[in-house]
Amino acid sequence: MQIFAFYLFASIVIASGAFCIFARNPVHSVLWLILAFFNAAGLMLLVGAEFIAALLVIVYVGAVAVLFLFVVMMLDIDFAELRAGFMKNLPLGLLLALVLLAEIIFGIGAWSAGGMGEATAVVGPPAGGPSNIEALGTLLYTKYVFIFEAAGLVLLVAMVGAIVLTNRKRGGVRIQNIQEQVARRPQDATRNEQPEVGKGVEL
Amino acid sequence: MTEYLQSTFLGPEIGWLVATLALILLIALPLMLAVAMIIYVDRKIIAAVALRRGPNVVGPFGLLQSFADGLKVFLQETIIPSGANKGLFLLAPIITFTVALLAWAVIPFSEEMVLANINIGVLYILAISSLGVYGVVISGWASNSKYPFFSAMRAAAQMISYEVSIGFILISVVLFAGTFNLNEIIKAQEGHIFGAVSAYGLNPLLFPMAVMFLISSMAETARAPFDLTEAESELVAGYQTEYSSMSFALFWLGEYANILLMCALNVILFWGGWLPPVDWEPLYAVPGIIWLFLKMFMIFFIFSWAWATVPRYRYDQLMRLGWKVFLPISIFWVFLVSGYVMIDKFGWPL
Repeated sequence: MQIFAFYLFASIVIASGAFCIFARNPVHSVLWLILAFFNAAGLMLLVGAEFIAALLVIVYVGAVAVLFLFVVMMLDIDFAELRAGFMKNLPLGLLLALVLLAEIIFGIGAWSAGGMGEATAVVGPPAGGPSNIEALGTLLYTKYVFIFEAAGLVLLVAMVGAIVLTNRKRGGVRIQNIQEQVARRPQDATRNEQPEVGKGVEL
Repeated sequence: MTEYLQSTFLGPEIGWLVATLALILLIALPLMLAVAMIIYVDRKIIAAVALRRGPNVVGPFGLLQSFADGLKVFLQETIIPSGANKGLFLLAPIITFTVALLAWAVIPFSEEMVLANINIGVLYILAISSLGVYGVVISGWASNSKYPFFSAMRAAAQMISYEVSIGFILISVVLFAGTFNLNEIIKAQEGHIFGAVSAYGLNPLLFPMAVMFLISSMAETARAPFDLTEAESELVAGYQTEYSSMSFALFWLGEYANILLMCALNVILFWGGWLPPVDWEPLYAVPGIIWLFLKMFMIFFIFSWAWATVPRYRYDQLMRLGWKVFLPISIFWVFLVSGYVMIDKFGWPL
């Protein structure tokens, strides 16, 4: 059963990763990417890391990818222009591909040399011990508390930076003041007039 | 049932598979029936508020109205707009419907009646409900039509906004209960108030959270007064505009299955789940599933009530409520709750 699930998830991850690159429409690319994320979460479940799997779905599929999709859908894409850039960026792309290929070959070489054999032997939390969430929480808030907080600080700085970059004063914006709107009564906005015949109302 | 089937000729692996499939059907089929009936209830309540009769022609008291509607939709022709992205156009309602059913796997109907009693139940629910937006966004884009597209943009913004505060509300309940398992959360509520009433919602520290969660769950399911995604005066029918026949019905079913799920979550997190409301021995004679359904019905009544009485929010009001009201309050409340839990466990630090 687990073997079947592993090959199912793994093959979908690889296939959707490939489709993500080869899809002509960028929206399709993002959707394939989401499928890859989702199945990667399934792989995490198989190695017993259910907390990481849940985080992967919540953070990447549920938030990051939605924003990706949001932006890509709104882009006005000229396909001819995209093709034109292909030849220009080809050498750089080939270089990147070569580097990645070399890394994979080194990785497989190191693995077949037996260096990582022991590390991969332990799969999932030990039975009867604390669950993944408890173990992670204990580590994060005791041993690695300063690194954890530093990571939080980095994220905060990034957030403030993003707000500063996008927050510019624009003219002609009518800001809604909810208190004022709620406090408004009919007598503030209307009045009864009984104009004489042939005379209008002075507004 | 799983153990029994595994002990028969099927063997442990096949037996497990057959039992799980049977249990899934045992949840999904009654859920479809419940959705049909809750649509009827919804229409009746809204009609009563508007001093109308509501559906009363098909069957006794109009009880079969939803089935008649379902049959009608089933017999209609599926129309696919020529400019639409065909594959995604058909995929979107399927995603909405599937995701709405997926989350029910971890909902405990009584102490034993739960399909997957996993230890990250709350996170699973959060993960699955964050997927719900894809059906709407994909349908809006694949329709290749401007109103569905507007609707999809609104839906994406709205669901992300309210998910943030829902996350913080869930965290405070988890801090109180000390577990992510939904069944354990329910058990932690037993006799929570003066050893008598089983509900986190009546705890003065958690009551504001219960109210915010109720409102956020209305916004998360795009239910009136937050139904900007299908605001008929601006967007025709929103993301469903180009849909017809069964693909439309799948959206409809998924939407109501989601609403029922949110009702169940409200009940499980704040109102004691399958526990009787008062911790009194004779009340335990009533099966837990009855209590769960009664409480879910009460929450659904509030949903319908709000639909019938509250006018639709403006877009800026919706965003203001999510980001400027709920988010700061829920963050502050997480601090309060965690402080209380610390003091409760370890005493005053001084």
